[in-house]
Amino acid sequence: MTSRHRGGIWIAFFGLVVFGSVWAQEPALPPGLGEEESEEEETEPQKKTLADRLPAGLNGFVEARIGPRLRSDPAHSKNVTLAEARLQMAYDRTWRHASLETKGDLIFDAVLEDVETDLRSFRLTFRPAGPVDLRLGRQVMTWGTGDLLFVNDLFPKDWRSFFIGRDEEYLKAPSDSLRIGWFPGKVGVDLVYTPEFESDRFIRGERISFWDPVAGGFRGDAMPLAFDRPDDDEVSIRVYGNAGSYEISGYGYTGFWKSPGGFDSITMQATFPRLDVWGASVRGPLGPGIGNVEAGYYDSRDDPQGVDPFTNNSEVRLLAGYELELAPELTGGFQVYVERMLDHDAYRVNLPAGKPRDENRYVLTTRITKLLKSQTLIPSVFVYYSPSDRDGYLRPKLAWKRSDRQIVEFGVNLFFGRDDFTFFGQFENNSNVYAAVRFQP
Amino acid sequence: MKRLMVVLFSSIAALSTLAETPDVDRIVLETNRVVYYQGDDGRARATMTIQDSKGRTRIKEFTILRRDVGDGDGDQQFYVYFHAPSDERGATFMVWKHLDKDDDRWLYLPALDVQKRIAATDKRTSFAGSHFFYEDVSGRRLADDHHELVEETDTYYVLKNTPKDPGQVEFDSYTMWIHKTTFIPVEVKFENGGQVYRTAKVLGVKEIQGHMTVTKSQMTDLRTGGSTTMDYASVEYDVGLTEDVFTERYLRNPPIKHLEAKK
Repeated sequence: MTSRHRGGIWIAFFGLVVFGSVWAQEPALPPGLGEEESEEEETEPQKKTLADRLPAGLNGFVEARIGPRLRSDPAHSKNVTLAEARLQMAYDRTWRHASLETKGDLIFDAVLEDVETDLRSFRLTFRPAGPVDLRLGRQVMTWGTGDLLFVNDLFPKDWRSFFIGRDEEYLKAPSDSLRIGWFPGKVGVDLVYTPEFESDRFIRGERISFWDPVAGGFRGDAMPLAFDRPDDDEVSIRVYGNAGSYEISGYGYTGFWKSPGGFDSITMQATFPRLDVWGASVRGPLGPGIGNVEAGYYDSRDDPQGVDPFTNNSEVRLLAGYELELAPELTGGFQVYVERMLDHDAYRVNLPAGKPRDENRYVLTTRITKLLKSQTLIPSVFVYYSPSDRDGYLRPKLAWKRSDRQIVEFGVNLFFGRDDFTFFGQFENNSNVYAAVRFQP
Repeated sequence: MKRLMVVLFSSIAALSTLAETPDVDRIVLETNRVVYYQGDDGRARATMTIQDSKGRTRIKEFTILRRDVGDGDGDQQFYVYFHAPSDERGATFMVWKHLDKDDDRWLYLPALDVQKRIAATDKRTSFAGSHFFYEDVSGRRLADDHHELVEETDTYYVLKNTPKDPGQVEFDSYTMWIHKTTFIPVEVKFENGGQVYRTAKVLGVKEIQGHMTVTKSQMTDLRTGGSTTMDYASVEYDVGLTEDVFTERYLRNPPIKHLEAKK
């Protein structure tokens, strides 16, 4: 072999290597960019899911959920707070200028030994062209900046569902209202009119026992709290807008204390005294996270001087919160909250017996959420702790989205406190653990 | 003579292309425009198929609306409405993307009627549980990287991008194969410690209203073997999305006319 030949071979070899490496590295052109444009659509046969077979607009789930108590409660005959099967059906329909959202639950409840229905939503939304939206009917509403603490949100809450470990969506109860949204420009106005007062689904004993200060003991399922609920109307208003990245809102409410805020010593019934609330909030970026402050003045209109020990004092409620990403897929949220009684002296002087409430009730909260396995495994914990009441409430939870069709949940509702009569402490005997499995189309 | 002319012309053509090789900044700007800024606004229905290392798939469907704020490739607004899975249906997500400060992000959950604000410091976290990051969906600031043209082939400009602040990101660099005529980044490889660990591939392109548009792409995490395929259907540009669509009004009350695909 001559040197000339050898050179040729080497060149060919190098050529191959270079060409080969380029050929291996350089990505092929995708359909649409390549030489041969394939006009034909590549339609991969998609697996037909149940959702595809359902009529458009139909949705829902079936769920089984059980929650045994962590300790026996002398005030309750059953050792579970929760044992139910639930079917939720939702149907939505839209037209050009309107839409209808309906959602209802059917619950087979082994604790109350009953079959219940809970209409969550039956709402028509009208979108007449222009700056007004009308939303009429049964609906769940939320506003304000708190995380599981509410200052200016006077829409009904379902504390029973919250404390026994139902899905967090059930913390908010629906009300039959007309919501008008007006958007004249940079500012939005929301006006909510509820013709008949919708109270919280408050703790009255049948599932969760509580401290009855009048009786001086716990009340459970043997004799749930009797109450007298007004049927007058309530009105909520919010005016809001953005200043750069900051959201600023003003709020007003006129109606009644949403959970019993009074007691009628003649009829021995819990009452809902009149209440007006005025407040404001700001939320926006602060350092690496999101900060918020919110304040509300609670005007207890049936007892302006605060002299009636059986009617809630007027209060100021203040909240400051901060949420940030602590690490990838790990967020932390922290809140400081205070409720200050405005006529504490008058309340103390007139209190006939029992230990008076503190003038200020402080609550600190922490929320930690971690997203694992592509956000399908989500351990989280939410803690309420009151340094003034020396009580608290721990809510650890593990949510596992096993697939698009199946969700499994485990959690604990753990109440603790030094005294029987404080807000969280009174629920100590109701601590529970729960598990749920949900199937959806 | 004819042959000579052909040779001459092709030489001139070759020379002129050579002379016309755009500088790195132009390639970067043009690529960014093609991927994120076509038209004044845009709309698409996306199907995201998320596959884990064991081959199990989950599917998310959403409609994404995008509007450019002002002229030039600057701030943008995004609105995402989830159609599936069932438990996420009706959830909406809104981003105001800023070039000079952190983005503003909101999430609305219809079951609770709650509108949350989301801290947006880390843009390199998963978008909706997929292998795409927020930054892959809404774009990475050009000023965050050094860009270098490392190779030019017949088909591609090969660009190597190195972060100016390596502490902010999980990669050491990423290399883009940018199609020379359309400026579509056909493949992107992210490297860390000399290893490619994450790749983005364009799997389908269509011309829509005169804009070359990526209609199918895939992100693969080579460490776990998981990948996400994104299919964009009913893509439309210059829909006429107004500023108010990207406000709390529509976050809570979705702009239905923009969410249903035109037949």
